Amino acid sequence: MTGEMIAFFLLALTAITGGVLLINLTNVVHMVVALIFTFIAIAGIYITLSAEFVAVVQVLIYSGAITIIMLFGIMLTRHQEKEKTAPRLKVWLAGGSIALFFIIMYGKIKDLNFGQQNAELHIDNTKKIGIELYSHYVIPFELTSVLLLVALIGSIILAKRDDDEKEAKK
Amino acid sequence: MSSVPLTAYLMLALILFCIGLFGALTKRNAVIVLISIELMLNAVNINLVAFAKYSLNPGLTGQVFSLFTITVAAAEAAVGLAILIALYRNRQTVNVDEMDTMKR
Repeated sequence: MTGEMIAFFLLALTAITGGVLLINLTNVVHMVVALIFTFIAIAGIYITLSAEFVAVVQVLIYSGAITIIMLFGIMLTRHQEKEKTAPRLKVWLAGGSIALFFIIMYGKIKDLNFGQQNAELHIDNTKKIGIELYSHYVIPFELTSVLLLVALIGSIILAKRDDDEKEAKK
Repeated sequence: MSSVPLTAYLMLALILFCIGLFGALTKRNAVIVLISIELMLNAVNINLVAFAKYSLNPGLTGQVFSLFTITVAAAEAAVGLAILIALYRNRQTVNVDEMDTMKR
């Protein structure tokens, strides 16, 4: 039982607990707060996988930005105090299919092992990622900026109140 | 150096993916459905980063790819929420069962 094993175990436990709470809680805000734990635990998992930069990005974007956006979405819409659950048949159907999926995937991955490679990904991780992004992946990187611009403008236009149309109808 | 096997990471990702899938299929609040989809994307990211370290050719490709996935997920969350708010303004509901205009 090494330190890395213990760290992985605790982080995995936190992540799964957050996910289970997301399923079981009834208050919508509590669900989102439970998911923050999952996101931060996943950032810890990335650190154990020697991906420090991805871990920091995970904390910034998921537990920072996306959670805040979702909280805004909850605040701007009205909710019932208690979440009603879906019809029982639907829940059992979905649960059964997912259990089947889980069993099939578990059968496939339980013996998967590529052996231990001597990868030193943690040395100068951020610097190497930066060099990769600007050399090998420069076109996808630039396309990503276009995608973000499109998403920004698109969401502004979708969420904007259509005052002009309403006045034209009057 | 490390003792955590690849299978452990894949199992964690599989469990999180199943939780996210279950939430996306059974929850009725559209915000929660969106956030469950984010959880599924996160599970896939764990797989990408795990394979970046433990595959036959360890390298940074998986990490760079997961960065791209995170970007697309953020854009998806923003657009999804904008659609949700536009829908809420027209129908006064966030319940996915009531969003059935195209079925009628």
